Amino acid sequence: MNRIVWCAAAFAVAAMPAYGQDADVSKLREELRQLQQRLQALEQRLQETESRSSKAEESATRAESTATQAAQQAASRPQTENALNPGISAILNGVYSNLQRDPNTYHISGFAPTLGDVSPGRRGLSLGESELGFMANVDHMFRGNLIASISPDNSTIDIEEGYIQTIGLSNGFTIKAGRFFSSIGYQNAIHAHAWDFTDAPLVMKAFLGGQLNEDGVQFKWVAPTSLYFDVGLELGRGRAFPASDRNKNGFGSSNLFTHLGGDIGESFAWQGGLSLYATSPRDRAYTDLDSTGASVTDSFSGSSRTWALSGILKWAPEGNNTYNNFKLQGEYFRRRENGTLTYDTTAASLGTMAGGYSSRQSGWYAQGVYQFMPMWRAGYRYDTLNSGTTTLGLVDSGALTAADFPILGAYNPKRHTFMVDWSPSEFSRVRLQFARDYSRMGLADNQIFLQYIVSLGAHGAHTF
Amino acid sequence: MKFLFLVLALAAPLAAQATVNVFACEPEWAALAQELGGDKVTTVSATTARQDPHHIEARPSLIARIRNADLLVCSGSELEIGWLPLLLTQSGNDRVQPGRPGYLEASQYVVKLEIPKVIDRALGDVHPAGNPHIHLDPRNIRKVADVLSARLTEIDHANAAYYAGRTADFVKRWDAAIDRWREQAAALRGVPVVVYHKDFSYFENWAGMREAGSLEPRPGLPPTPSHLAELVDQMMRTPAKVIVYSPYNNPGAAQFLSDKTKIPSVMLPFTVGGTDRAKDLFGLFDDTIDRLLKTVK
Repeated sequence: MNRIVWCAAAFAVAAMPAYGQDADVSKLREELRQLQQRLQALEQRLQETESRSSKAEESATRAESTATQAAQQAASRPQTENALNPGISAILNGVYSNLQRDPNTYHISGFAPTLGDVSPGRRGLSLGESELGFMANVDHMFRGNLIASISPDNSTIDIEEGYIQTIGLSNGFTIKAGRFFSSIGYQNAIHAHAWDFTDAPLVMKAFLGGQLNEDGVQFKWVAPTSLYFDVGLELGRGRAFPASDRNKNGFGSSNLFTHLGGDIGESFAWQGGLSLYATSPRDRAYTDLDSTGASVTDSFSGSSRTWALSGILKWAPEGNNTYNNFKLQGEYFRRRENGTLTYDTTAASLGTMAGGYSSRQSGWYAQGVYQFMPMWRAGYRYDTLNSGTTTLGLVDSGALTAADFPILGAYNPKRHTFMVDWSPSEFSRVRLQFARDYSRMGLADNQIFLQYIVSLGAHGAHTF
Repeated sequence: MKFLFLVLALAAPLAAQATVNVFACEPEWAALAQELGGDKVTTVSATTARQDPHHIEARPSLIARIRNADLLVCSGSELEIGWLPLLLTQSGNDRVQPGRPGYLEASQYVVKLEIPKVIDRALGDVHPAGNPHIHLDPRNIRKVADVLSARLTEIDHANAAYYAGRTADFVKRWDAAIDRWREQAAALRGVPVVVYHKDFSYFENWAGMREAGSLEPRPGLPPTPSHLAELVDQMMRTPAKVIVYSPYNNPGAAQFLSDKTKIPSVMLPFTVGGTDRAKDLFGLFDDTIDRLLKTVK
């Protein structure tokens, strides 16, 4: 600034016409001196103003930071006893279903009905189950989690999960107790609102009766290795399919599981899992139509073992999943059941009879979901089941025929599912899904779902 | 004898790991821990500069790392809420749970900006405790250095003198660097800037820059065509001097606005590792200021 003024002054002086040189030199000198004085005065005033303004600025900054601090303190001041309320979240979802076949007659041919909620839901518009969740650290030892689902039609409240989990143990140990989604395979442990498709894979429907939550205890240990490795054991009451509540002490089901996982470079992450679920159901009943057309109740007692193998591979360029990402997921289930099948337990048709029962059944699915641009994803899933070999003592001995157990007849269900979804934020999602479902022998079922899922309140973390 | 040798060979890596395992959520905290801990710490960062710290998968590899961590250093203020709580509950490691010396939330120790008066998700991804991207104010790094040094000392008493020495050395160099940066950044004072995400606020505040807009319509939501059109109009009326974005942002939106308005755009390293020059915390600020000065000139 000063330099410019100086230069200008010098230039002005230099540019002055050079007439009457000698006589005017002293006059010029005098003028120059005056100019210099004025410049100096100006310079001083400028400096003063500058220092004043910087001081003002400084005090403004100081005031601002004091204000921010005050605001921060006010914000962090505990507000009465509510300050320690747990995190609360609510999940709302609704669906429009267009189903070619009557969902009330839905069954998976070749597989014993699971008594669970496996049908594709109601036709038309319906409110899905609303979920209410409460979660917080209890103290330095435990974390508590309660997730209740409210069914819209009969207004029953069902506890999906309600457990405590240790956070105060070391060396990689955690213990969970209460009701929780069992670590069988991969998707069973994930809440339905976080699934990539509207409904469960057929393997979960056929082998777990939908989604299996167990009342029990889970012990888990994470190994101190750089490659992720865990092993765990769940002991439960065996409250639901494939177990049956047996009214006995001890435990009714066990699930042994292990996972292995890691990264491949920056862009890929993977996880593999293996689990073995074992239980011994007693009088696990289901209804079927026998050869006379009568509705009969049959029941199974014996042992049931389910192996589940799962694999997940996720890709995101350089690990940045904001724009594009891909998730490949697959699970293979294999179940072996040995025991006794009792026909017509209520003697409603040909009379109660019992014989041996042995089955080996399996199934798998694979799905890929691609986020092709922010907010938008598309996915495809292929499901198939193998009803395998089922040996019925009553049929082998000639006492009854296979026509008396139509639902156990050999059949390999399959399903193709396509979906596209849009998530304007991480708290909301709208999904359109189309499925061609061959669960019922000889009947294809075209299913269209349009669904919204939103979450309110506490920000839940998402599992891998 | 051979067996004994084998056992020793296997045990050797374990003995070599007798350092403090630091799990940092973001690269800047890993870099700071490395500055203060030297060869007495092993640091690992859960994220890289090319990843958005809001959106990280709770990957098995991260659980495995937290499982073995002695000290966890994260920005906090809910920046990592979508993944860190899950890693913590799965880790079976009580040393790094909230409330323990091994759990350090850096943003708790600085004055936070942009504490929202209204908390509503209609406003986007709001952080009730204030803006969590605190590391781009060099004075905040200085404050966190003191806390981090104290934690290292608490966890690893035996090397207290070592940490104190390294911290004193770091602080001396850092303070000198702040003076240098302050002089350099004087030219940025009052310069209007368009940001991508509100992850640049602490730098603006330190350097006295003025935020003239953001490419995200609301924090955390990707830029939309309508918002970009509005921004173009706004920039035509009152132009900013520079558009900045981070390595994890899509440069497309910044490029679009730059093309339409002729306002230059520049990618800033955002954190350690964001550019070749941002190899450490000093490089991060050197490069950030240099890139801005070159663009604004």
